[in-house]
Amino acid sequence: MPHENKMELVCPAGSLPALKVAVDNGADCVYMGFRDNTNARNFAGLNFDIATAREGVRYAHSHGAKVLLALNTYPQSSGSEKWLTAIDNAHHLGIDAVILADPGLMQYACDTYPDLRLHLSVQGSATNYEAINFYHQQFGIQRAVLPRVLALKQVEQLMQNTPVEIELFGFGGLCVMVEGRCSLSSYVTGESPNTCGVCSPAKSVQWKQTAAGLESHLNGVLIDRYADSENAGYPTLCKGRFNVAGATYYAIEEPTSLNTLELLPDLMRMGIAAIKIEGRQRSPAYVAKVTRVWREAIGACRRNPDKFNIKPAWMTDLGKLSEGQQSTLGAYNRPWK
Amino acid sequence: MQPFTLPKPLGTLFSILPQFPHSFVFSQALNLSLGETLRSEVLQPLHGKLICLRITDAQITLQFTLNKHGLIANHERKIPDLTISAKTYDFIQLALRKEDPDTLFFSRRLLMEGDTELGLLLKNTLDALELPPLDWRMYLPARLLDAVKAKILHH
Repeated sequence: MPHENKMELVCPAGSLPALKVAVDNGADCVYMGFRDNTNARNFAGLNFDIATAREGVRYAHSHGAKVLLALNTYPQSSGSEKWLTAIDNAHHLGIDAVILADPGLMQYACDTYPDLRLHLSVQGSATNYEAINFYHQQFGIQRAVLPRVLALKQVEQLMQNTPVEIELFGFGGLCVMVEGRCSLSSYVTGESPNTCGVCSPAKSVQWKQTAAGLESHLNGVLIDRYADSENAGYPTLCKGRFNVAGATYYAIEEPTSLNTLELLPDLMRMGIAAIKIEGRQRSPAYVAKVTRVWREAIGACRRNPDKFNIKPAWMTDLGKLSEGQQSTLGAYNRPWK
Repeated sequence: MQPFTLPKPLGTLFSILPQFPHSFVFSQALNLSLGETLRSEVLQPLHGKLICLRITDAQITLQFTLNKHGLIANHERKIPDLTISAKTYDFIQLALRKEDPDTLFFSRRLLMEGDTELGLLLKNTLDALELPPLDWRMYLPARLLDAVKAKILHH
């Protein structure tokens, strides 16, 4: 069987209903987190406790899908107990792989549960094959999720030099792409994804409808102001408009989503092991729609990669779900590289 | 269902009616149809919070709190802990789980004001409920009357 036929569709699940619709709409794998700061989507009411995780694993497995667990934050000086317990629970629950960023946790996992499959999280920020191979040799990492900083050619070169499977982001909210190294939000809120599992903690966010437009404030700092006709984005510092040298604009990044549908034939040819859909913070309706589109697209591409055509309906559906209602190929598209 | 906006005269008519009865009927309708779900323990963090739904095209404001018995209409004159505004059509899409709130929010069809963490908790809690998709026919007057009758007879 050619390698490309194995490409897995990895979909987000912030709740049990989201997990079920992902599986029902054709996800090969779903990824989820526990209800605490052991994962980078630590929002009130989101994620899984042990009982719902157990039901999620049962549902996915009974439908032939795998469950991955994101344990992708870094234990803090207050103690790593919570993270180690999460690894124990993952093993007991029959999770198919844990997605880790911290080398200490990788050591614990591979020492304690040699049969537990390990994936290197995007938060691990490994962008070259030497780093990925190091994690492979030291801890037996079997798959790495690449940060969204590499051009497609660079991804290809990296893949030629590692035995580790490569998972790429295919769709979803885009960050400033210093994944695993970003502490931007902590300048305003004291919290960052690596430490607390959130960019913009909800308790620090305030939305205000004013005469000048809809304002987003993060811990009292004005992040953006949207005119009535403008689409809105998430209230993160990186996606704010700032006054730089007299001009006010998106100085770091515009609110936008990544959409790599048009790269699908290339990704298959390269032997990408899995396509990841971002969005554990989104509702089941999002998960269902994105999963359906990508399942259909992967199926079409697999059947006939040379004549793969993007259906306009796919782009319309994905466009509506995108942050700021716009999308980009991000760093993948750098033809000059 | 095709997207729609209620005609303006209808909204104007609704706006001059007292708002409390809407909130009362809405709360009772949800209490009857969702019953146990609304009394679920996972909703406990929302108890006592003043939540306001503004249906913009109908110019109707629904205001209520939640406690262990379900929803209670509440038109206290104070700033709600959370206000969510959208058109009738979009509220229906949300209730049917056909749209996700972030999508509506990005396209400015949904506005959330007040305690953001409470809003997120409400959204995530509703998302996590294992519900059969809401069937709007449940809310036809005849069906609601049947439910009320059944409840009265039961007591």
